[in-house]
Amino acid sequence: MSQPGQLPSALENWFASRGWQPHPHQRDMVARSNAPCLLLIAPTGGGKTMAGFLPTLADLATAPHDGLHTLYVSPLKALAADIKRNLRTPVDEIGLDIRIEDRTGDTSATVKKRQRADPPHILLTTPESLALLTSYPDAPRIFAGLKRVIVDEIHALAESKRGDQLFLALARLHTLCPDLRRVGLSATVDRPNDIARLLARHPDPCEIVTADPGPDPDIAMLQSAEAPPWSGGGAAYAIPAVLEQIKQHKTTLIFHNTRAQAEIFFHNLWLANEDSLPIGIHHGSLDRQQRERVEAAMVRGDLRAIVCTGSLDLGIDWGDVDLVIQVGAPKNVKRLVQRIGRASHRYNAPSKALLVPANRWEVIECFAALQAVREHDLDGDPLGPGPLDVLCQHILLTAASGPFSADDLFNEMSRSGAFLDLDRATFNACLDFCATGGYALRAYDRWQRLQLRADGLWQLRDPRAASQIRMNAGTIQDIDTLKVRMRRNRGGKPLGEVEESFAASLLPGDTFLIGGKIVRYEGLRQMTVEVSRNAARKPRIAVFSGTKFSTSTQLSQRILRLLNNSDWSDLPAHTADWLRFQQSMSRLPEPGRLLIETFPRDGRENLCVYGFAGRNAQQTLGLLLTKRMEEMGLAPMGFVSTDYATLIWGLDAVTDPQPLFDLNALREGLDGWLAGNLLMKRTFRGVATISGLIERNTPGKRKSGRQATFSSDILYDTLLKYDPDHLLMQITRTEAMRGLVDFARIEDMLTRVDSRVDHIRTPHVTPFAAPLFLEVGKVSVQSGSAEERLLAEETEALMRESGLAQMSPSV
Amino acid sequence: MNGVQFTIAGATLTALGSGALWWAEQRLLVVSDLHLGKSSRIARRGGSNLPPYETRDTLIRLENDLNGTNAATIVCLGDSFDDLEAAEAISQADRLWISRLQAGRRWVWIEGNHDPGPVDLGGTHLAELPVAPLTFRHIAQSGKSGEVSGHYHPKVRVQTRLRAISRPAFLFDSDRVILPAFGTYTGGLRSTDAALSDLMRPEARAILTGQTPRMVPMPR
Repeated sequence: MSQPGQLPSALENWFASRGWQPHPHQRDMVARSNAPCLLLIAPTGGGKTMAGFLPTLADLATAPHDGLHTLYVSPLKALAADIKRNLRTPVDEIGLDIRIEDRTGDTSATVKKRQRADPPHILLTTPESLALLTSYPDAPRIFAGLKRVIVDEIHALAESKRGDQLFLALARLHTLCPDLRRVGLSATVDRPNDIARLLARHPDPCEIVTADPGPDPDIAMLQSAEAPPWSGGGAAYAIPAVLEQIKQHKTTLIFHNTRAQAEIFFHNLWLANEDSLPIGIHHGSLDRQQRERVEAAMVRGDLRAIVCTGSLDLGIDWGDVDLVIQVGAPKNVKRLVQRIGRASHRYNAPSKALLVPANRWEVIECFAALQAVREHDLDGDPLGPGPLDVLCQHILLTAASGPFSADDLFNEMSRSGAFLDLDRATFNACLDFCATGGYALRAYDRWQRLQLRADGLWQLRDPRAASQIRMNAGTIQDIDTLKVRMRRNRGGKPLGEVEESFAASLLPGDTFLIGGKIVRYEGLRQMTVEVSRNAARKPRIAVFSGTKFSTSTQLSQRILRLLNNSDWSDLPAHTADWLRFQQSMSRLPEPGRLLIETFPRDGRENLCVYGFAGRNAQQTLGLLLTKRMEEMGLAPMGFVSTDYATLIWGLDAVTDPQPLFDLNALREGLDGWLAGNLLMKRTFRGVATISGLIERNTPGKRKSGRQATFSSDILYDTLLKYDPDHLLMQITRTEAMRGLVDFARIEDMLTRVDSRVDHIRTPHVTPFAAPLFLEVGKVSVQSGSAEERLLAEETEALMRESGLAQMSPSV
Repeated sequence: MNGVQFTIAGATLTALGSGALWWAEQRLLVVSDLHLGKSSRIARRGGSNLPPYETRDTLIRLENDLNGTNAATIVCLGDSFDDLEAAEAISQADRLWISRLQAGRRWVWIEGNHDPGPVDLGGTHLAELPVAPLTFRHIAQSGKSGEVSGHYHPKVRVQTRLRAISRPAFLFDSDRVILPAFGTYTGGLRSTDAALSDLMRPEARAILTGQTPRMVPMPR
């Protein structure tokens, strides 16, 4: 090899035969392939994945290799499958004898077993599957000879517990394979150094390679004949304009923020699709075979458009996508830029994207996002320290792989970026939790989960626990879902999944949308929702689980500035009218002031606070205010928050909101309410599942009958009462403070506002408050006066109406 | 006492908000499905180490009801222990606590499917206990009258105008009452489950536990 980045002749010839030249950043990755850790920052369509694999192909073209050479980890199963396809072509054309296989949750048990015995050269997998692989006693043999690990779409993993779990698994891999080289592939991000820090094996450095970002995207708001509605998320008004765009382009990706919205939009799109353009749907709740069919059709170029969600967010190469449509506000500028990049099938060609606001509030948000994209103003928050529940799970998975030394494990973990500042005492507390439960009351001397052996190594007391630990591995919070199938004699076609709570609300004859079909609920059989085809009725809408994104701080602030820019001439007329309507009926939120509206609606009293503090802080504000309202006897019942506002409802009207916002009182209340509220219980449930205290709900378990299982809320209440300083309670509090609480921004906001609170009482809902009623994620305020009053009302009515009240001997 | 009164087979009973049942005429308190020692059983079987406080919490609540009623007799309707080994594993301190609660009153352990044999604690161990006109047993038997049982951990969901509220509940009709589980680490079975709706008469009612116990027609 003569010059830096020179490839073996077989590879150079292949590029030449295609009339291609490797991009400079691809050569750069080859030239620096011996660096212990490399992070490539490149825009979508920049040949990132190829850049990651070129050193591997060069290596394998030069010298044959026995066993696993390169491990590729991506956040998506679909991505692993896609890379397998895309890598196969060059590998075959170059004539390399390389085995490439994927291993995900979808891989069959037989193949998985074979892969452990006889690993391929290149294994494509996900963080969860990798964590599991490292938990087998034969992990040293599986990974023997491993040279490189490639983490794709690392920006998407870096901000989640999945990433923390992955980096711990890498630390373990590195112990097994000391020569391992790490490569991270990232889309354009605001803080490359933060990601490099996570990827590095400290104190080894991580070098950063930055590719040419390419031309600015061609991005605009979709022009439609009809104006967006006042509220709602369906964007049905835009269907004709979207169809028109599909006709004018080769292949269009239509992104939605939630699965339910994607389903509704897809349904409406087909109702209007008079030309029968081939349009598919793809989201994470659909059955795997359905998803694979759509993916295959897309690769063949058979589809003109795909209605999709975040499941297509990441770099799957669909070939000829020439337009990306984002339906609904993009919430986050960085992700919008990454989605737009999907339309750039040629590097150095501008990608084309259209934004479709679903309602008028989103018009403003889309408008602000467009400004931000043009100004290259990406958003992001600094990363926090690694979460301890993930660390606990890693300890248990390590124990499942065999006896281990606490010192070695601590040293291994503390070379990982997220756990660089981990101190020994904290590690010991986590180890103690895994071993004994870590309670103030020592109760499990005989039944410890992990035992310290005479030789100083830790091991599982009961070896059978290993399989249970593996079954609970992973950090993705699943909501209980049920499979949906067509009713047939012998188990009909699987369609996908719906949330259990949604399934429980269905009555035979009810209809809902799934995979673009209207189906009729027939009944529940063995934890499967059985449905039949039904095209006649207007569907109810399936409530799918799925990631809900919050608008970034930077974007929220931009919106507030935009509102106070008295010149709205750049905004669509209907939106400017709406702002004027709000201005006349109530007033517009202003910087340095706090707008509060109160009004009655549907038999309850509402209070709306426009804090523009971001979803998490608004959420906290909701918790704090409802707590104070409860103390003041105002019978609050629940609240919902967006990035801009919090809406609280209850039985009584608030006449003087000022005392509610006393900062000192709010701060004093912080600890107290943190303990008792539902959000903490929700956070605790996640922490308890990840750390291995409670088991995930597996379908087999649930069949055994509900009265055998009890809710994690009971464990939370018990710990709060008898062991409030328990490790899991500390983790729950830390997580809530960091993620859900974000109290600092409330303080900032209230300090800026001081006493400038504007209270407006209106006879009905205001233009700005209306969309809040449609927000998902409503939080009920538990305990207290409202629940007792409602229950009294309802139980008396039921007894009276049923006539049983007269029969009842004495009440 | 915070309770709701009802009558079966001529006996007037009071459902307490705690989930215990009080028969004032006999000064008899009934609790069901305490599941003491659940956390130790789970740990023994290779599961995780749950917070080991459920026995303490259950006994505190039981003590409250005993103090509130000054019961002469207490009947534990079975599944008092998560299994017989869990009963043996009850700590010395908790054993003393139970003996303290037993002092000066009759204590009957009815056998349940989780604890089918006698336990090494004071009190009488019985398969079932007849106290005319009632019979106390763990699992309800169809066709019987005047029956007080547990086992199912019934819970009831009430859809109020603004929110659904789900709580452990008593179910009763003219023949029987089924008690909710009293133990801290217990889940519940919806009253709509066939096991319960087949057992109870159409006019059956439920009493939700909680701060103020409340009666509703039994949801089915």
